[in-house]
Amino acid sequence: MSNLTISDLHVTVETPEGPKQILRGVDLSINSGETHAIMGPNGSGKSTLAYSIAGHPKYEVTSGSVTLDGEEVLEMSVDERARAGLFLAMQYPVEVAGVSVSNFLRTAKTAIDGKAPALRHWVADVRESMDALRIDPSFAERNVNEGFSGGEKKRHEILQMELLKPTFAILDETDSGLDVDALRIVSEGVNRAKENTGLGVLLITHYTRILRYVKPDFVHVFVDGKVAEEGGPELAERLEAEGYDRFLAKA
Amino acid sequence: MTAEPQTVQNAQVDGSTQMSQEETIASIGKYNFGWHDPDTFGADAQRGLSEDVVRNISMLKNESEWMLNLRLKALKMFERKPMPSWGADLSGIDFDNIKYFVRTTEKQATSWEDLPEDIKNTYDRLGIPEAEKQRLVAGVAAQYESEVVYHQINEELEKQGVIFMDTDTGLREHPELFEEYFGTVIPGGDNKFAALNTAVWSGGSFVYVPPGVHVEIPLQAYFRINTENMGQFERTLIIADEGSSVHYVEGCTAPIYSSDSLHSAVVEIIVKKNANVRYTTIQNWSNNVYNLVTKRSTVAEGGNMEWVDGNIGSKVTMKYPAVYLMGEHARGETLSIAFAGEGQHQDTGSKMVHMAPKTSSSIVSKSVARGGGRASYRGLVQVLEGAEGSKSNVLCDALLVDTISRSDTYPYVDVREDDVEMGHEATVSKVSEDQLFYLMSRGMEETEAMAMIVRGFVEPIARELPMEYALELNRLIELQMEGSVG
Repeated sequence: MSNLTISDLHVTVETPEGPKQILRGVDLSINSGETHAIMGPNGSGKSTLAYSIAGHPKYEVTSGSVTLDGEEVLEMSVDERARAGLFLAMQYPVEVAGVSVSNFLRTAKTAIDGKAPALRHWVADVRESMDALRIDPSFAERNVNEGFSGGEKKRHEILQMELLKPTFAILDETDSGLDVDALRIVSEGVNRAKENTGLGVLLITHYTRILRYVKPDFVHVFVDGKVAEEGGPELAERLEAEGYDRFLAKA
Repeated sequence: MTAEPQTVQNAQVDGSTQMSQEETIASIGKYNFGWHDPDTFGADAQRGLSEDVVRNISMLKNESEWMLNLRLKALKMFERKPMPSWGADLSGIDFDNIKYFVRTTEKQATSWEDLPEDIKNTYDRLGIPEAEKQRLVAGVAAQYESEVVYHQINEELEKQGVIFMDTDTGLREHPELFEEYFGTVIPGGDNKFAALNTAVWSGGSFVYVPPGVHVEIPLQAYFRINTENMGQFERTLIIADEGSSVHYVEGCTAPIYSSDSLHSAVVEIIVKKNANVRYTTIQNWSNNVYNLVTKRSTVAEGGNMEWVDGNIGSKVTMKYPAVYLMGEHARGETLSIAFAGEGQHQDTGSKMVHMAPKTSSSIVSKSVARGGGRASYRGLVQVLEGAEGSKSNVLCDALLVDTISRSDTYPYVDVREDDVEMGHEATVSKVSEDQLFYLMSRGMEETEAMAMIVRGFVEPIARELPMEYALELNRLIELQMEGSVG
């Protein structure tokens, strides 16, 4: 059983007008096997939380801590965090020209595991995951994210998550821009990873529809850089009915 | 060195980039070819250039009066011509300190075992005999200092009439071809360094492919400098007769010394009607070599010339492989890749001259600068009157790995015909924070992530290289990237 604990996290981001406070004291604890939905209106700091945990250099943590099984994550470099078991499925993954998906996946797997995967199993694993995510085999020879549709990018992120087998995955609006079929395929991928590896999921989303497929154990409503309300799955249903207005009015 | 100084405006001259001792030591860590053999041959070689030096080279080679006169005339032109006032900073070259001719062995070997032990070991470490054994190449020439010390060609090719030998031997055995072609593509007075080469040239490859013969496996030449302050002036002449094809590959390395050496080659290629020539270079000189090379080819009707030009090493490189498209439907292509690391200036590019109708050319240049290095693309596309219906496309991309490095682009276009299609695209990009973050968030260390981005950037050219050179290029990128991130 692993645990990821975020305590009193304050984060600023560099803007042309100077540093801007985005997170104002976030507290959250997640155990492996659990799914926590983080919901909130645009601009509430959901993505900032995702990037701060993963260690994007644009975000500066001014106070607070993030611990993975007691180890301070904030002292680790981005790659160390990944090797420690954290994964971020990005909302806007970048293109890497001249690097094929298959080369990228194998290099990442080697980096995470500290050794190259046994070729025969690896090829089979990749094929199986690609099949399950309805990704065409020709995809493996394409350059990373180059010319991918929005849906292809998201499926590619989930493919990486399945193959790299992290302890905790943060899904940053993985559902946005997906049609119903793609949403279901991606959700099934998340559920498989939960089932197979006891993955803990921090599911960041604006909408409730992905929660029909990926059932959250806890729901945190994010407003103005901190958690405004917490509850079980029923909270999501209330949000579905009432929207975020109630919280915005309060804030 | 093919562009004449007056055709180039906006040229900038940068400050001197002498390597400090620490830098030299640092570069030893990164450069895997920096060893040198005991300097038994070069130690006593004469420094400096004079008519006597030129006469002596010619005499040692038992050359005819014709070649001696060509050399002496070129020496005069070299002395008269000013140093180029454009391109890279060449003020560090001390012509009086250079050793212009070093003979290491009296007899050329056709078996590696016949070479002096040191020299044989050097080529072993470079993996040349191994490549030959595995038949990755159809012929091998190995030049050490001034002369080719080993030469071998596949028997089959020899039977088909293919000539592949060092240029000195070529001149002795095929004087008629030399009188017809030598110095016709690049005249002695073409530029200061072509003049220097013509005066003191030694070694290089001579290739002749008879009509209709296709040389399927590459011919390979390997150039090695061992002596400090050596000047290597090889001269290569390739003639691809009608409808023939050949791929020639060359590699170059040198030891690391604290003072500079000079490599100034001339390569002339004659591509006849419907012939195909590809010339691949992976230049990995150590960071104390001035690499000033003139390469040019003429292409007749329906012929095709491809330069694949990789510049990774050297202190300063100025090299712009040129294609003169002289017959209808002739094609020229340059794929150029340059890495400029700490203390390096790669001033490279290409020149395409359209002289006949419906000719086409393409230049793809990729450069990577890091550690304060400077990569410049300098290219000229010229469409002369009468070359109607010609097409040219230029694409140059530069990648800056950090904020202290520099990239410049000097594209020159001179079109004197209406009915032509010209394309030009240039980009300068930086390795983005987001790209690095993406790869590192997948567990890759910063160096590895950087190397992956750079490898991806050069991939369109790397895939055109022979396998072992592509692998070598990848390895060099990794070495270059180590220490590129703080």
